[in-house]
Amino acid sequence: MFVALRDLRFARGRFLLMSTVIVLITYLVVFLASLTRGLGEDSTSAITSLPADHLAFTVAADAPPSGPGGGPTFTGSQVEQQQWEAWGKVDGVSSAQPLGIAQVRATSTTTTAAVTAFGIEPASGLLPEGSGDVDVADGSALLSSGAADALGASAGDTLSIGTLTVTVSSVLDVTAAYAHTPVMWTSLADWQELGAHLAPGSDPTTVATVVALTTSGADDAALAAADDDIGTVTQTARASLSAISSYASEHGSLLLMVVFLVGIAALVVGAFFTVWTISRSGDVAVMKALGASTRYLLRDALGQALVILVIGVGIGTLLAWLTTVLLQSVVPVAIGVSTTLVPALVLVVVGLLGAALAIAQITRVDPHAALAAR
Amino acid sequence: MDLRLENVTLVYPDGDATLTAVDDVSLTVPSGTTTALLGPSGSGKSSLLAVAGGLTPPTSGTVSFGESPPVFTTTTPRDAATTMRLERIGFVFQQPQLIPSLTALEQLELLAHLRGRRSSSVRDRALEMLDAVGLGPWAHKRPGTLSGGQRQRVAIARAFVGEPHVLLVDEPTSALDHERGVEIIALVTSLARRFDAATLLVSHDESTLGAVDATAHLLDGRLVARPTAA
Repeated sequence: MFVALRDLRFARGRFLLMSTVIVLITYLVVFLASLTRGLGEDSTSAITSLPADHLAFTVAADAPPSGPGGGPTFTGSQVEQQQWEAWGKVDGVSSAQPLGIAQVRATSTTTTAAVTAFGIEPASGLLPEGSGDVDVADGSALLSSGAADALGASAGDTLSIGTLTVTVSSVLDVTAAYAHTPVMWTSLADWQELGAHLAPGSDPTTVATVVALTTSGADDAALAAADDDIGTVTQTARASLSAISSYASEHGSLLLMVVFLVGIAALVVGAFFTVWTISRSGDVAVMKALGASTRYLLRDALGQALVILVIGVGIGTLLAWLTTVLLQSVVPVAIGVSTTLVPALVLVVVGLLGAALAIAQITRVDPHAALAAR
Repeated sequence: MDLRLENVTLVYPDGDATLTAVDDVSLTVPSGTTTALLGPSGSGKSSLLAVAGGLTPPTSGTVSFGESPPVFTTTTPRDAATTMRLERIGFVFQQPQLIPSLTALEQLELLAHLRGRRSSSVRDRALEMLDAVGLGPWAHKRPGTLSGGQRQRVAIARAFVGEPHVLLVDEPTSALDHERGVEIIALVTSLARRFDAATLLVSHDESTLGAVDATAHLLDGRLVARPTAA
């Protein structure tokens, strides 16, 4: 990089401008990645932290396909007693527990807030890890820390949810949210009393939204066969996230923005190095005439691109990380390797590819051109 | 080591036809001497220089250094020609063709870097070369702050710092006034003797060539007069 580093110093204005553009794009990509993951967790953490590996949904025969690819949705699924019990008898299923999910408005002594009520059976094992020895019981509710904050409630307080009144038995030190609302847990019987799970005209035999399954040895074929028998659609807990309608559309849109920005980064870097390579084609011809190999010149130019990308992406990532740290109490952002280092690495690699396509022009520069006056 | 061009012909495509830029030229430049190649514009001087330097393969004929097998033929691979230029040939172009971001010293160190050596390994020699062309005090100046004559002197120092067997010089005085032109030719000639380089110098201005050892004339790609002592 004998010439490349000196070029960087000599044409510092041009390279500073380019680095600034890379900083700004990186800032946007990293911040958006953090926001995408943060919003995702705000929509799905209660599902991803479920101690179950599969969820069994129902899909009404006449229901329009509302999930991605026409798959099931939490809002459209209604599990009956016999379906829940049938899943408990399937070979390879070690646990089948009903889980009711309903978004409701709860009122504490101080405020009203939207929360999601998860209705579960006592001793179902569906409380998230870290819940300790507590359990649900009729007439009481367990609050996630987010729900407690939103309602300004603590253990012993009374909550009104529609016609139901429950007492907060405990506040769990866990983060659990569903479709951007914090989660509270009630007994399945109380959840059924809320009536929120019953869509107008729905079957009164509905007991829950889905059946949470823990499998041990049941393969996909066995689960599919059981689905056919029972009249459900089973998905892994991970795949079930797309059954949260708001999550699927929101996550997809944000990811698309990130992908577009990464593409723009590649184009911007490629365009800069196209112009830069054309402007120094005379120097390249001279160096070739002096005996520089094409490989040496390509390595030199790519090294130059790498320096600019590493500096620009590094500063942009640092600034975005600082922003997310400062804003994480008011904006749902998640900070981690997957939201900082991974997008940074992708930007460097994609930027290098863009630069490589532009720098490839070096191979076509004719050393004979050095003999021409300029 | 002599520079030997034997029956060199170079034909370019010219639309549907062809253009013979160099026509069966044979020429020998003895080691340590400077031969000036004269001729009007379009006579094929620079094309012959390009063939001698491996920038363009000849359509027929060969280029040899000393009694060794030809180094440039019609089939010499581009990579081999590049390596040959790096190791054994020095170039001085019509314009100085210096890299704008490098200081005068770095222009010379670049060659060592291209050869895979640390640039600092030739620093003393590079400074010595800059002193030899009278530019020691300007070693750390970039081309933009040097005059035209100074830039051409840096280019000459760059050509000699690699201790080439053959030096190819393309109209080095075209952008200089007569007095500076004479100085530059004298400098090239003296350094060629000092470093024992066979030097082929293209020019169209005979009045600046008092210091060269021999001259040859090219017209329409043909050598019309054998090299004669200047």
